[in-house]
Amino acid sequence: MTKNLRVKSSQYIDETNRISFKFNGKTYHGFKGDTLASALLANDVHLVGRSFKYHRPRGIMTSGSEEPNAIVQINPGTNRTEPNVRATEVEIYEGLEASSQNCWPSVEFDIGGINNFLSPFFPAGFYYKTFMWPASFWEKYEFFIRHSAGLGKSPISSDPDIYDHQNVHCDVLVVGAGISGILAAKNAAKNNFKTLLVDEKNELGGSTIYENNELSKIDNKIPSEWLKKEIEELKVIKNLEIKSRTSVAAYHQYNYLLARENLTDHLETKDKINKIRQRLLKIRAKKVILATGALERPLIFNNNDRPGIMLSSAVKKYSEFYGVACGSKNVFFTNNDSAYESALSLYNKGINVEAIIDIREQSESKIVKKVNKVGIKIYWSHSIVDTAGYKRLNSVSIMKLSNDGTSVIGNKISISCDCLGVAGGWTPAVHLYTQSGSKLNFDEEKKAFIPNKNTSEQISVGSCSGDFKINEIIKNLNQKLKDTLNIKQTDLDNIKVEVDQENSKRNIWLLPSDKPVGKTKPFVDYQNDATAKDIKLALREGFRSIEHVKRYTTTGMGTDQGKLGNMHALGIIADTAGVKMGELGTTTFRPPYTPLTFGTIVGRNVKKFFDIFRRTPMNDWHVENKAEFENVGQWKRAWYYPINGEKMHQAVQRESKAARESAGILDASTLGKIDIQGSDASEFLNRVYTNAWSKLAVGKCRYGLMLNEDGMVYDDGVTTRLDENHYIMTTTTGGAANVLGKLEDYLQTEWPELDVYLTSVTDHYATASLCGPNSKKILKKIIPGLDLSDKNFPHMSFKEANIENIQCRIMRISFTGEHSYEINVQASYGKDLWEKCMEAGKEFNITPYGTETMHLLRAEKGFIIVGQDTDGTMTPIDLQMDWIVSKKKYDFIGKRSLYRSDTMREDRKQLVGLLTDDPNTVLEEGAQIVSELDQSPVEMLGHVTSSYFSPNLNKSIALAVIRSGKDMMGKKLFVPMENKNINVTVSNPVFYDEKNERLNA
Amino acid sequence: MFLINCPYCGERDQQEFKAGGEAHIERPKQPTELSDDQWAEYLFMRKNIKGVQFERWVHAHGCRKWFNMVRDTSNDEIKAIYKMGEKPPSQ
Ligand SMILES: [Zn+2]
Repeated sequence: MTKNLRVKSSQYIDETNRISFKFNGKTYHGFKGDTLASALLANDVHLVGRSFKYHRPRGIMTSGSEEPNAIVQINPGTNRTEPNVRATEVEIYEGLEASSQNCWPSVEFDIGGINNFLSPFFPAGFYYKTFMWPASFWEKYEFFIRHSAGLGKSPISSDPDIYDHQNVHCDVLVVGAGISGILAAKNAAKNNFKTLLVDEKNELGGSTIYENNELSKIDNKIPSEWLKKEIEELKVIKNLEIKSRTSVAAYHQYNYLLARENLTDHLETKDKINKIRQRLLKIRAKKVILATGALERPLIFNNNDRPGIMLSSAVKKYSEFYGVACGSKNVFFTNNDSAYESALSLYNKGINVEAIIDIREQSESKIVKKVNKVGIKIYWSHSIVDTAGYKRLNSVSIMKLSNDGTSVIGNKISISCDCLGVAGGWTPAVHLYTQSGSKLNFDEEKKAFIPNKNTSEQISVGSCSGDFKINEIIKNLNQKLKDTLNIKQTDLDNIKVEVDQENSKRNIWLLPSDKPVGKTKPFVDYQNDATAKDIKLALREGFRSIEHVKRYTTTGMGTDQGKLGNMHALGIIADTAGVKMGELGTTTFRPPYTPLTFGTIVGRNVKKFFDIFRRTPMNDWHVENKAEFENVGQWKRAWYYPINGEKMHQAVQRESKAARESAGILDASTLGKIDIQGSDASEFLNRVYTNAWSKLAVGKCRYGLMLNEDGMVYDDGVTTRLDENHYIMTTTTGGAANVLGKLEDYLQTEWPELDVYLTSVTDHYATASLCGPNSKKILKKIIPGLDLSDKNFPHMSFKEANIENIQCRIMRISFTGEHSYEINVQASYGKDLWEKCMEAGKEFNITPYGTETMHLLRAEKGFIIVGQDTDGTMTPIDLQMDWIVSKKKYDFIGKRSLYRSDTMREDRKQLVGLLTDDPNTVLEEGAQIVSELDQSPVEMLGHVTSSYFSPNLNKSIALAVIRSGKDMMGKKLFVPMENKNINVTVSNPVFYDEKNERLNA
Repeated sequence: MFLINCPYCGERDQQEFKAGGEAHIERPKQPTELSDDQWAEYLFMRKNIKGVQFERWVHAHGCRKWFNMVRDTSNDEIKAIYKMGEKPPSQ
């Protein structure tokens, strides 16, 4: 039977709304308003997980997002399962299931727990040192490590939820809705700043909202009462938007922040359906006010990690906010006054407090006196030297501290207890602050890193700036608000605050035990099982930089990024190495502050929205005619059109034959098209292409090759002179945007004197490429009025004509070597044009062909495809295209590089044809080419770039780049494959119709 | 994610822009008269400064205009933005 530790009703818990949930298969009850952690604690469940390395039993330590231990798997086995969730952040709902992670077979009996007893063999760097040798054993080691150490299970089915992204712009973003955040947001909004206030929790008010300590007063009210009234007032303020359950994950430069708004995680499963689960807010704020609060530090002592050992502030929150006692016999261990507030809170609720162990010699503050008066035993100058209880704390052993705090003396006293609240002081939550690039400074008195040098329009207020007392917070907040918002008056001017003055603190980073440190387990990083001993070992082994020590010991490397123990790690390093903490610097906090789901990161960009895709105007026809598609850049292009169950090879062979024997038609709409106008257009083309353009007559077309300034082929295409000062350039499908970008770059930055205007018109025109010996007859049927004679409309020329009322531009150009026409119409007429061609071509058995056949046909002609036969290291000379490089032009992009010693080398890789000795063997693209078979290591001469079986030549053909290939014509080489060597012969890359007779056929 | 003040469009998100490397490297007017070393200097050599650097940017998904930016590469502070052809601000 579990105990019921619900002590007193809390206004934040709705006891009329009873909720049942399962943890590790067992049913428990909680109430609306509970977190999984508070509900478990109310059922006296502390043991929730096992630690990463030693598999030690671990319990709930905190009440917030800094939780290192209570990491659970939510709804295991369902499609909504989520690993690595902090139980302290999960709001319970009817039907919730959760389970422990990193334990097998169960949290109660975990086989990995044996690591705990073997721990002398698991020092810092153990994994690095041990599993390195012998290297061949690594697979076995990996199996062992993966099997025994796991942080949850990823879902195996697709995520049923919807996620969203939203851009948010505001004048002032306030992060954190504790007392400082609320006052900052209120005053910003009241002064007409468009303000957004976010908080990771459901309820506003931070820790002040349950601060019922009567020794502090704001305007004569206890802090919680006063703040509730302030929160009420927020609701009616204009310009203020409040988002709760919203956690800022990242703070980038220029006040760009990413926050996750949680919308349905707290709802029952049936209410989650068809709603947005989480929304990623992309916030641009003119000013950012960080009010992220402070995290309580634990104390580092021997066996400080048992279930039942918690932060003192968490014990207080569970009692005050959730009405839950974390134990029946409570002890506190502290170095400052905060533990006394927690103790008093328990006392006031009738919960038993056995003792307070304080490492200080004494304290005179009012709260200490009050605790003394109610009869709680205080052990001054004492420290805990050990704890007992495997799955739940059952006692602590204490001894008197020596004057210098480095050792313990006297008799050991054992105190029986089931909960220990630990208070080690406060660490400002500066994670977001440092993410923004701003710099911290170490404050020796506060023993904390506090904001120092801001890099953007931002301020830090409240305890994240190092102000821990309400009077300091309000005074400094008031001044900062006036400065940053440039206002004269605020609501804070007349607030009267009374506080209890805190007395001395005593800071000891690593508390001594009666045992030598090597025989103790003082945990610094609970999640990664790094102890003070490991840190000292790392220092002994010569590590000095904090970043190195961190990686070697894994301190701070868990999913919690060591939010609790990082300061102690630094302190222990500083003490051991004898340097000041400020000199060590701090480790870098990286986004996200708390883990984000992948769903939140991708938002709506999933499945078909994962990437943009583009479709041509003829796309519907291709779909109706069962085309297979391939992705070319963002385009979906028809790849081939199988009929009667053809496989790709059969379809391509048929299409290729048809295109050469009668007529074929290709959707070429995806080719990039750039409209070029201006009085210097010809000069511009002269400079960007390798060949000459000035003398190209109006109405003529020319193929051009474009280089990079390094002399390497960048793009190619046909450009047509439409008018004296008007050209239309085509580019490769994939290169269109880059070519336009490059041309704009030269125009704007190198040649601003040229009168040239570039416009992308790729999407404005649809292009049908009609090819084959019957293409002329088909075009004649469509446009009877156009004179198609070679005299009037020769190869490489252009005509404007009308098909009925549709204006079209027709280029007689060919990428297949056949007589062919590219017909361009306004995009909206594309499908119409295509259908007209198909109708007119019916009697000639016109065959639509896709990109694969296009590639095959051009390979038969030895035409290159930029990006397939070139890879950014091929010059036109390498491609055996010397003919296209003008010798007369003084300059063009890349010209000078063609005369560099390296580009003129004779033994560069050069484009050649390759024929297999067996005409039926088709080479694999990418296959390597060698001249010797028994060399070791064998010298690679080059590789196959394009390879097909040519139905028109009835043999296998290939293009390849081979070192000194130009001089190897007729030479026998080998293509070694996995299980055979293929004999090949170097050939001319033009395999078909070498004399170009078919162009005019 | 920077907020970049395009001299033609105003403040826009960095997503709309592309960086174009070091600024004020003029393409030689007479490349054929340069030695291999001189040409290589233009073609390959860049300063890649840690600190204040002059660089080119283009508002690729906006007005498509190129402009210059002075940026401290150590903290990404944008110190100045000016149009192509304008004189760089003195440091
Ligand atoms: Zn712009």
